[in-house]
Amino acid sequence: MNVIAEFFLFLKSRKRFWLLPLVLFLLMIGLLIVLVQGSALAPFIYTLF
Amino acid sequence: MYILGISAYYHDSAACLIHNGEIVAAAQEERFSRIKNDEQFPEASIRYCLAEAQIKLSEITYVVFYEKPFQKFERLLETYLAFAPKGFFSFIKAIPVWLKEKIFLKKNMLSALTTLNNEQKFDAEKLLFVPHHTSHAASAFYPSPYQDAVILTADGVGEWVTTAISIGRGNKITTLKEIRFPHSIGLLYSAFTYYLGFKVNSDEYKVMGLAPYGKSVYTDLILQNLVDVKPDGSFRLNMKFFNYCTGLSMTGKSFDKLFGHPVRKSHEEVTQFHMDIAASIQAVCEDIMLKLTTALHQEFGLDNLCMAGGVALNCVVNGKILKQSGFKNIWIQPAAGDAGGALGAALEVYYNYPGRERKITGDKDKMQQALLGPSFAIDEVEQLLLARNLSFEVLDDNNYYKSIAEEIAAGRIVGYFKGRMEFGPRALGARSIIADPRNKAMQSVLNQKIKFRESFRPFAPAILREFLPQYFDLNCESPYMLLVASLKEEFLLRYAKDEFLTGFDKLKASRSVLPATTHVDGSSRIQTVDKDDHPDFYKLINAFYDITGCPMLVNTSFNRMDEPIVCSPKDALECFLHTDIDVVVIESFMLRKQTVTANSAITLDLNNYENTVV
Repeated sequence: MNVIAEFFLFLKSRKRFWLLPLVLFLLMIGLLIVLVQGSALAPFIYTLF
Repeated sequence: MYILGISAYYHDSAACLIHNGEIVAAAQEERFSRIKNDEQFPEASIRYCLAEAQIKLSEITYVVFYEKPFQKFERLLETYLAFAPKGFFSFIKAIPVWLKEKIFLKKNMLSALTTLNNEQKFDAEKLLFVPHHTSHAASAFYPSPYQDAVILTADGVGEWVTTAISIGRGNKITTLKEIRFPHSIGLLYSAFTYYLGFKVNSDEYKVMGLAPYGKSVYTDLILQNLVDVKPDGSFRLNMKFFNYCTGLSMTGKSFDKLFGHPVRKSHEEVTQFHMDIAASIQAVCEDIMLKLTTALHQEFGLDNLCMAGGVALNCVVNGKILKQSGFKNIWIQPAAGDAGGALGAALEVYYNYPGRERKITGDKDKMQQALLGPSFAIDEVEQLLLARNLSFEVLDDNNYYKSIAEEIAAGRIVGYFKGRMEFGPRALGARSIIADPRNKAMQSVLNQKIKFRESFRPFAPAILREFLPQYFDLNCESPYMLLVASLKEEFLLRYAKDEFLTGFDKLKASRSVLPATTHVDGSSRIQTVDKDDHPDFYKLINAFYDITGCPMLVNTSFNRMDEPIVCSPKDALECFLHTDIDVVVIESFMLRKQTVTANSAITLDLNNYENTVV
């Protein structure tokens, strides 16, 4: 819960509320992927992590 | 006031402890975990920092992380949005890592800090976050010997920023200009590292080492197609050729098409084409950095330049900036990569409090020669050697340096382990392999039998400070091996003739009277050793000078290829036993390979050591 609260604070301070629908959409897809695959191991890609 | 800086979860995780603005200890986690570029939470490094200061975690006023994770996440999402639907496959690889780990970074850090705090909950209010390039800028300016300076930080990418220009005055840093993702000189260089078949974010220095073997014939092609450089050094990349925003590689097919060759696979031979590509990207990097720094010097009119970020480890570029940009003085953070961010983050928080005075003492920096890591007691070393039943001799205090210098002068390769370990990527005389630079075979022997690495890689000379003007075309100190300069003409041999050679044939030619430390273009990556600043290493080189008349030694890191530099006596012993190092000196103890291998039946099982002592 702290993470969600902090993320809202972040969106507020950075004036990025327009990101919210995108975040929710991506999180839903992301959660699906996480649930399906079960491992967070990914190849090392310079700019992504 | 104690402040602990941390860098982690990306690469080069590290911890640094400062006390009232002075650096107490700093170390990279890889040295303890023995995993190269380890990115895990730096638990061992923090434990070491606390032990060095003899304090508990509860006595720390603030713990500071070196970047802002949510801003990084923001960059990730906005980049996917900008490129959508392209990048979906990259997204499904990246997002689980963020959702499972990175987005909970603060929680994970608090949990790890609670463990370190003897299971007493670590106060979340004490955990702070500083932007990535602010950490770099702070690491470049606050420890520097300058009251006022222009600060240039350049790397792959932090949150959004890839290049930043700031001004440091007294105890305050003000950021003035930024270049943002995806336009990045670090990522441009990394893209070529990838294209040449080397490891991104790790092997960039191989590209730099390879460059002098080639000719920069692709420079115009790069400048016309890949990167648009303005007269003030600002630049934009043509993203058509790069794949790192949304793909699982650094470069795309159009990149291969532009140069007419596919990406080199790591096991494939390095050809003249690859050497020319390396030379070309190095020339472009030099062009951008020189334009940037020249414009900065003209705009701000300050004499001093401070630098940090991965690009600042390109010591060939640094040497040219010093010579051509107009800045009189240049100071580069020795841990210029992300490990140094731990130090910068801590210093930034310290100096952001009102009334924190920053004292400059003469022309000396605050890095203590980067000797900020752990040291080991003589008793501890002796116990290790006795437990292993290894033959050793105890060096006499009066003849300590002479005895080692005699071994080097006799052509032997010496592993040298003394005092506190270095912080940053360079071995500076505390965890070093040292040898005679006059020996013609030394470069290939060191590369192939000791370091087990590519034969083209050059070695650095560590030279007594007062002999610098006599040997090199460099007019200032380079205590952290971050400046490249040419050897003076009188020490070069048959140099003009060598120009007819191409590729790796250049390696075979006699280059100078110091062949082991002279690169094929007649340059060297120099470490100057000052009598007062680094007395131990100075005495050793001086002893070698007394015997041979040569005031310098080959100095390379005490490790094998793809291994972190040794940290403990056990690591040093392991490296010694598994390579062709002739002699190892660990504090007061000298071991010779000949004597040790005579008892090989009991020497090579280092795993048993874990169950015996210490």
